Amino acid sequence: MAAARKRILKEYTECSNDTPPGMKINFDEQNMTEWEILMDGPEQSVYSGGHFKLRLTFPNEYPFKPPVVSFKTKIYHPNVSNDDKGSMCLGMLRPDAWKPPNKVISVLHLVRTLLIEPNVDDAIEASIASEFKDNKKGFEKTAKEWVKQYAK
Amino acid sequence: MDSDDEFNSSGSEEDFNNDSDASFGGGDDDSDLDMEDNDIGFETQDKDIKKSKQKYEVDFQVFGPEQVQAQQDNQIEEVGNILGQPPEAAAILLRHARWNKERLIESYMDNTDKVLESAGLGEAALHPPKIEKVKGFTCDICCEDGPGLETFAMKCDHRFCVDCYKHYLESKIKDDGEAARIRCPGDGCNRIVDAVSLDFLVTSDKLRDRYVELLTRTYVDDKDNLRWCPAPDCENTVECGVKDKDLPRIVPTVHCDCGHFFCFGCSLNDHQPAPCGLVKKWLKKCEDDSETANWISANTKECPKCHSTIEKNGGCNHMTCRKCRNEFCWMCMGNWAEHGTSWYNCNRFEEKSGYEARDAQAKSRQSLERYLHYYNRYANHEQSAKLDKDIYLKTEKKMTQLQMQTGMSWIEVQFLDSASQALQQCRQTLKWTYAFAYYLARNNTTEMFEDNQKDLEMAVENLSEMFEKSTDQLESLKVEMMDKTSYCSKRRIILLNDTAENLRKGEGLVIDLF
Ligand SMILES: [Zn+2]
Ligand SMILES: [Zn+2]
Ligand SMILES: [Zn+2]
Ligand SMILES: [Zn+2]
Ligand SMILES: [Zn+2]
Ligand SMILES: [Zn+2]
Repeated sequence: MAAARKRILKEYTECSNDTPPGMKINFDEQNMTEWEILMDGPEQSVYSGGHFKLRLTFPNEYPFKPPVVSFKTKIYHPNVSNDDKGSMCLGMLRPDAWKPPNKVISVLHLVRTLLIEPNVDDAIEASIASEFKDNKKGFEKTAKEWVKQYAK
Repeated sequence: MDSDDEFNSSGSEEDFNNDSDASFGGGDDDSDLDMEDNDIGFETQDKDIKKSKQKYEVDFQVFGPEQVQAQQDNQIEEVGNILGQPPEAAAILLRHARWNKERLIESYMDNTDKVLESAGLGEAALHPPKIEKVKGFTCDICCEDGPGLETFAMKCDHRFCVDCYKHYLESKIKDDGEAARIRCPGDGCNRIVDAVSLDFLVTSDKLRDRYVELLTRTYVDDKDNLRWCPAPDCENTVECGVKDKDLPRIVPTVHCDCGHFFCFGCSLNDHQPAPCGLVKKWLKKCEDDSETANWISANTKECPKCHSTIEKNGGCNHMTCRKCRNEFCWMCMGNWAEHGTSWYNCNRFEEKSGYEARDAQAKSRQSLERYLHYYNRYANHEQSAKLDKDIYLKTEKKMTQLQMQTGMSWIEVQFLDSASQALQQCRQTLKWTYAFAYYLARNNTTEMFEDNQKDLEMAVENLSEMFEKSTDQLESLKVEMMDKTSYCSKRRIILLNDTAENLRKGEGLVIDLF
């Protein structure tokens, strides 16, 4: 869609001028609707030291439908589905919460915030969420092990 | 308890009849429970006169889409006359008030301007929505700018280009099925796009049709006394006066004209005699414990004597091992002979007492055992009901054979159909009695409940066994089978009536949703 093209380009400019800390965007003008994001685990989080690859996909209906965020690097997190999709779908990323003027830059900030402070009340992985609540030590241990194993 | 009085006041089972205005009960929530009797409320033009209502049954009415539309139109007209508004405006006001006629009229009389304003009929009516060109404007959705760009905004002043605004509404209507409560596209804005703006922006015929259809849906969704029939492809609506607050003590099973039995309270399949809350809790538990329970409900078991694998291939619980001819009960794995002469307590979980229970580990094991006891029987009936369905399909063939062998007519072999239907219905009930019993505290009423359960269990087992006999035996069994069929149905009604009465009185059966 021509309209979305203009908007995505503008959003890319916006994001590269003000990229959230520890993130890098690989943008391909031939394939504008798929962004590859490289992200360092935030220092104050259990994911510190890890390097995560994410894909941000813009649906055909963008910006009337939200972009889709998926972790290509395995991560132990209550808000990321523990499967081959690694999808994240909460807050503004939910189709009924997304408003067309919302921007990708806010999505990137949301992702970073969630790595620092997971949202256990809106978890996609219920068992990881309850571990986070009841056995924080155990959660942190596994999360760090996964960083070592998958995100180096 | 004054709520008891409410249930018993009219001293009949007619407490829950209702008319279309039931939910507008003049602000008093309870008033619609005490309504005039309507024993004569049905037409008796048909030859078969409707059976008198059982204690466990509730009053309800089924409407087709046209009737629902007519109901809406009537109310729009009525409210329009009262408020002195044209029908289009009355419709907007009613939808805005979620079809609460009483409250709308009251607040309209109180503060007309405020009501009109919040429904989007106030200033919007004086200054109809219009498309504007705004100097220096950039659309925050598509990022287009330019002096010729047409824009639109509601009173909240979240302005976007007309194309984006339209596209947004289209996506909400077409993809998300929203109509009466679409929010402003502005970031964080919760203002509802009013009907006048929608009328103004939704211009394609197809989209308008869909929009109108969705508005009709909101009528049913907004009314507490209406529910869609959940059967796929069914467009009917059922009206029933049972309120959410009544659900702990009434199980409102309704029967749509399409043939589907469902619960008016929760829209799940008929779950008599268990109340909605218990059903929800039970299903959640089964889901949580599914791994433990799965192996139990698996379709195969070992013969308790020779340990060869046995597959259950009919609804009957009387199993015979193909290898060692051992006869046993599928549910409790006990010796069948003991069931046959004196049906021992296969339906009842014997609570263990004594020192064992004091041991914490034993306790948790016992609670799992207790759960599995009930789950096993619950799952067994669920499974058997499915198997009985298969058997019926085969029996349909048998019915044809029987006709040819004996010269019986199609009507004369219908007793098999009746038996099959009774079996399925009874198993559906039995299934839920086990979920129910799981949450019942032990007392005399619970024992009566379990006696009823046992009687029904036995009746079903007998009929089910007969049902599996070969075609050549069926002709001579016809009378007996018809007897057993009606006995089954009778036992089911007794169980449901007793339970419904106990629930309604709120005494006897003590449900503990621990
Ligand atoms: Zn635009
Ligand atoms: Zn707004
Ligand atoms: Zn139906
Ligand atoms: Zn229900
Ligand atoms: Zn055997
Ligand atoms: Zn048994």
